[in-house]
Amino acid sequence: MAVGAQTATRPLELPQPRGSAGLWSTAWYSLRRDRLTMAAGAVVLLIILLSVGAPLLAEYVFRTTFDKQDLLHTYGAPTLDPPAYLLGSDEVGRSQVVRLFYGGQVSLFVGFVAAFIQLTIGVLLGLMAGYFRGRVDDLITWFITTLNSIPTIFLLIIISALFAPGPITLTIIIGTIFWTGITNFVRGQTFALREREFVTAARTVGATSWRIMLRHILPNVLPLIFVLTAIDVGTIILAESALSYLGLGIVPPTPSWGNMLTNAASYFNRAPWLVASPGAMIFLTVLCLYLVGDGLRDALDPRLKSR
Amino acid sequence: MDRGSFLGRFIARRLVQAVPTLFGVLLLTFLLGRLSPSDPLQLMLAGQYDVTPEDRESLRHSLGLDQPLPIQFLAWLWQIAHLNFGNSFYFNRPVLDIIVERIPNSLQISMIALIITVLVGVPLGVFAALRRGRIEDHVIRVVSVAGHAVPQFWLGLIFVLTLSVQLRAFPVGSMNAVGIDCGLCWDRIWHLIGPVAVISIAGIANLPRILRTEVLEVIAQDYVRTARSKGLKERMIVARHILRNALIPVVTSFGTILLVFFSGSLIIERVFNWPGLGRLTFEAAVGKDFPVVQAGVVISSVLLILSYLVRDIAYAWVDPRIKVR
Repeated sequence: MAVGAQTATRPLELPQPRGSAGLWSTAWYSLRRDRLTMAAGAVVLLIILLSVGAPLLAEYVFRTTFDKQDLLHTYGAPTLDPPAYLLGSDEVGRSQVVRLFYGGQVSLFVGFVAAFIQLTIGVLLGLMAGYFRGRVDDLITWFITTLNSIPTIFLLIIISALFAPGPITLTIIIGTIFWTGITNFVRGQTFALREREFVTAARTVGATSWRIMLRHILPNVLPLIFVLTAIDVGTIILAESALSYLGLGIVPPTPSWGNMLTNAASYFNRAPWLVASPGAMIFLTVLCLYLVGDGLRDALDPRLKSR
Repeated sequence: MDRGSFLGRFIARRLVQAVPTLFGVLLLTFLLGRLSPSDPLQLMLAGQYDVTPEDRESLRHSLGLDQPLPIQFLAWLWQIAHLNFGNSFYFNRPVLDIIVERIPNSLQISMIALIITVLVGVPLGVFAALRRGRIEDHVIRVVSVAGHAVPQFWLGLIFVLTLSVQLRAFPVGSMNAVGIDCGLCWDRIWHLIGPVAVISIAGIANLPRILRTEVLEVIAQDYVRTARSKGLKERMIVARHILRNALIPVVTSFGTILLVFFSGSLIIERVFNWPGLGRLTFEAAVGKDFPVVQAGVVISSVLLILSYLVRDIAYAWVDPRIKVR
């Protein structure tokens, strides 16, 4: 009805959607006008492309590799000639810019894969807690309060120090620690949704619990989960970089934004620019992910749309 | 039911609810230590070459490490119930003594940072809401998202490297200059500025956004319109009608902020070489000093659970609508 009234007053401004405007097409429509979010999304895409394309860039643009040393050109200041030293060279003459892109591969891999793992765990546990309630809910809530009572970074540092995991194991560990936020959210939504008529209707025609959870409740929760996930990818990248900076996450010679800073800090007197770029990359990536999450939330939440 | 006995029941209930959480923390901490691939005996006996296999076995037996895991766990719980966290492998002193020395150092940073967060964050949040949609609101939004996104260790690193090492405006690390030993004097404040500034940024990034939403909800209420129509001054309306009500739900957000502080403290203490609980736990984890690691996790979790408790009590106290559930 509201849509009809709007079209009546401003018939020429709004393009007529074909059929009914779905959640995603309306969201996309309002997203496109949100310039800040679009710009942030573009930057995230660019960083992903640069990282994925790091080997190609290294070979054809910078004409070096991520581990090629040049002991005659250590601590080089940023210069365009040769392009490999665009952001300077490090203590053994490696190209900072190429290492930065390779580091991006690791940081983004950890961020996105761990976020996917925690998303899967979080959604499943949240659905179960909210739908079955009772004992199941008590048990899952107990997990959540326990995990939330230990400062996350303490847990990560202890696990990394005691078990010395490789990049893949580290990703899985992070994924199995960060799920509490999503579970809490899904649980709350499921609590409310399971009392709605369409769930009762599904149950009346004999749908099983799992079918109701996955086919009827999940689609209603999914949009805002994407928002939380975008933000979590950022948080995980931050955690991984802190861990790697402390020497416990991704360990050299594999470059990651965090462990590049560990080295750079020791050579600050000779090459202060080495401290700037990895930190700036983390900051930029996480900032844009958060802005995308924020913008998505505004676009998807019908309550905020009147803004 | 009068307010006093209500609060008493509320506190009692929350204390009981904290028991399973604490049990979970203890169980997880215990399992992490025992399931780790490094053998505590190996670490205890590191550097000693005249140890016979028989000595090894008798030490294993006297430490109870030959018992089944559940028995070991119960024995460990029993020890902890008596506040005995064992001896540090590295310092060879009771763990509890070492930790008790460090707690005030960590709390000092967190508490000052909390005060600064409130002093800066509350005005910013109210301002953003009152200027909603205008340039000031957007600037505050971007700044607070940026405060979330910036890696704290990087900020700390830049602070130390530029202001302390390069310009020599601030001390490079630790709590006091050599030869000075004081809890709160100019020298300590000088050392506190760096870590507190970096930690506060995390809090200031959180608070205004939460407060902004609350203020916007309250502004739409009827009693604010009534206050306006009575002709009250805008400043009066903001202070007496809007802020008071908007602040109530914000108390809950202190949980998040405290969690951020606790996590941040570990990294910040490392960057600023601050002898707090976080740095101690980190160094113990790297050095595989199990008793210290376990005690560090348990005690920081207990502090966190206690601050959640204080937060809930404060919430129940300021909001008369809360009922014992």
